[in-house]
This record gives sequence, C-alpha cells and structure tokens, in this order.
Amino acid sequence: MAFANEHITAYAVEATEFPDLARKYRITGVPKTVVNDQIEILGGIPQDDFIAQALDLHG
Amino acid sequence: MPLLSPADQEKLRESFDEMTSPVRVLFFTQTLDCDPCVQTRQILDELPPLSDKIAIEEVNFILEKEKAAQYGIDRVPAMALLSTDAAGATRDSRIRFLGTPAGYEFVSLVQALLLVGGHDSQLTPENRARVAAVSTPTTIQVFSTPT
Repeated sequence: MAFANEHITAYAVEATEFPDLARKYRITGVPKTVVNDQIEILGGIPQDDFIAQALDLHG
Repeated sequence: MPLLSPADQEKLRESFDEMTSPVRVLFFTQTLDCDPCVQTRQILDELPPLSDKIAIEEVNFILEKEKAAQYGIDRVPAMALLSTDAAGATRDSRIRFLGTPAGYEFVSLVQALLLVGGHDSQLTPENRARVAAVSTPTTIQVFSTPT
C-alpha cells in the first residue's frame, strides 16, 4: 500500500523488541495493524476487508 | 556460519532473480547497547550475496539523527527500503521495518524487497484503485512477532 501511494507509510514492527510500542498500542495478539493511531485490525483478514477497514471505507 | 540453509539460499536466489530494479536497504543501527542490531546485521549480510540487486547501506542512528528523522526512524534496529528507477534515481518506498527481521518478519522483508524491486503488487486492481485514492498522510503499523 505504501509503495502504491506516496501518502502512505508502512511500518512492520517486531512487537517483542519494543515493549513500549506493544503497550501503547495494546498488542495482545499478532498480527495487529494500527492505522493513524486510530483504526485497529486484528489478525490476518482477506485483502478486500483489510483495505476497507484500513482506509475506513464504508459500504 | 550462515543463518540460511543452502536450500533456503537457493530458493531466495531464484525469487530475487525476478527483481528488475535495484533496492537499497538503509539499515539504521548503533554500536552500543543494541544486541538486536548485531543480529539484524547478520541477517541482512546474507542478502546481497544472493542478488546483485540488493544493497545494504548502514546508517549510524546516533551520528546521523537527521537522516533517521528524514525517514521517520525513532528506534533501532530499523530498515527503510529505497527503489531505483531506470535512470538510477532513488525513490523512497515508505516501507519500514522496526526490529530484527527474523521468522515471519524475514518473510515480510523478502516480499517487500521483491515488491520494491519491481515484482507485481499483490493488490487486486480494485484495491489498488482504492489505495491510490488516499490523499491524506496515512501511517500503517503492522505488529508481529518472530514466531
């Protein structure tokens, strides 16, 4: 997604190495995706659903 | 002692062969008090021998604060992937890795290298269009663990 749009930056974060981030974003299971510190997506989900949730597209 | 088995090296070499453009990996690291930085260096060192399209460039996180800030890096070990176009110009992929790229993270790193190196995106055309429509700064963080 980041590679496809210059407005998007993507971080792959190793949660166990950074307990401060794991705490801040309440990482209790992985994978967990956080978008703009607001949207949270738990687990691996189908691409269509992931894009819709990550970009907050309704309908 | 290599971390990758000869079989894994061969598989990766075949995958990397499909890359059409060079990728530069900016590796942000520090020499003191960072064991994961040493592990990450060992992992990254295994990649350039498998492809002439992959280059690792070390950036000193302590001495090069400006560069770290430029790439949004506030901790180490960290990696930023840069693509290179046909004219040799560098472009920031805005794909970052924070922490040691072991286990699943290593798989993600390999996929990111392939993508930035010219491999087809895994996004469907519909989803690519949805992603292309994003017009405000968006930060996506994907948390995972090595196992």
